[in-house]
Amino acid sequence: MVGLVVVSHSQTAADGIAEVAGEMAGETRIEPVGGDGQGGFGTVADDIEIAIEDADAGDGVVVLVDLGSAVMNAEVAIEMSDAEAVIADAPVLEGAVNAAVAATSGKATVESVHAQAEAARGVEKL
Amino acid sequence: MSHEGEAAVDAVAAVADRLETERSHLTDLDSAIGDADHGGNMARGWAAAAEAVTELDDPEPVAVVKTAGKTLLSEVGGASGPLYGGSLVFASPELEDGLTAETAVAFAETYLEKVQDRGDARIGDKTMVDALVPAVHTFKKSVEVDDMEPVAALAKAVAAAERGVEFTVPIRASKGRASYLGWRSVGHQDPGATSTLFIVEELLDVATAYVEVPGELPDDAESPTIPDGEVTED
Repeated sequence: MVGLVVVSHSQTAADGIAEVAGEMAGETRIEPVGGDGQGGFGTVADDIEIAIEDADAGDGVVVLVDLGSAVMNAEVAIEMSDAEAVIADAPVLEGAVNAAVAATSGKATVESVHAQAEAARGVEKL
Repeated sequence: MSHEGEAAVDAVAAVADRLETERSHLTDLDSAIGDADHGGNMARGWAAAAEAVTELDDPEPVAVVKTAGKTLLSEVGGASGPLYGGSLVFASPELEDGLTAETAVAFAETYLEKVQDRGDARIGDKTMVDALVPAVHTFKKSVEVDDMEPVAALAKAVAAAERGVEFTVPIRASKGRASYLGWRSVGHQDPGATSTLFIVEELLDVATAYVEVPGELPDDAESPTIPDGEVTED
């Protein structure tokens, strides 16, 4: 099963996004990670790496990110991690929901979940 | 401990001291156009790095730089972790053979390359790159073309970084948190370029304590101090 990691500058936001996506996720592992590790806003590569390891059940991980440094720290975390992990270029909440649904498919792969997460980029709301 | 290793440990400590001194200055700059965390993040991260490098059994330059970078990566929550720390780790193998004019140039170039690759920023985006590109290019040209002593080349690099920092004031940010402000970022000095200047200034300060300084150090940077083709018209 493909796992998901939600990275936000705010631990609260990461937790909330993981909760929303979790409603549709069945048994999929969704690991929220956020904050600077000191109680403030930010992202830390080491913490993201741990979240990737926790989310990985052997079939890889798709990582959803919010702003600037979340992308950079996720890249560093992926370079350090042994798990197969990719960042989705998608809005963090919509991408997480799409990815969670895609991950519940019996045939889900990192590629298919990643593609579904990125499909959230073009979704119009009105 | 080798002379070079000692210098590397001193350099990390000097940068940590300077960034602690400049903590509120950097935070003020970052409050204007960012998220006000640069001063605190840099001071905390470099203080941890300075402590980590004193615990090394065999502190050669490569190990000192790598340890400092890894510590920044894990201690600094934000873009500064991967940009300042990750790039140090990535460039550290260039110092495998110690600290010479040649390895210093290679290290500076690899560091710059990683910063630009990771942050995807170019000259004129109002980022640390605006100080780093002129500093690295001036250092390289001064050593390789003008045949200057490395410490004199470093002094030229400091002057070039200063000009780069000044250059960030009137321009509009197009990378990083400040880019969300658009035109409102105009008129503010970039905190990342500023901390980059502080780091280069401290490297020069430590270098002058370890090597014989050849007469008067240059304090000017002649234009152009950036490579051809680096600035493109959009």
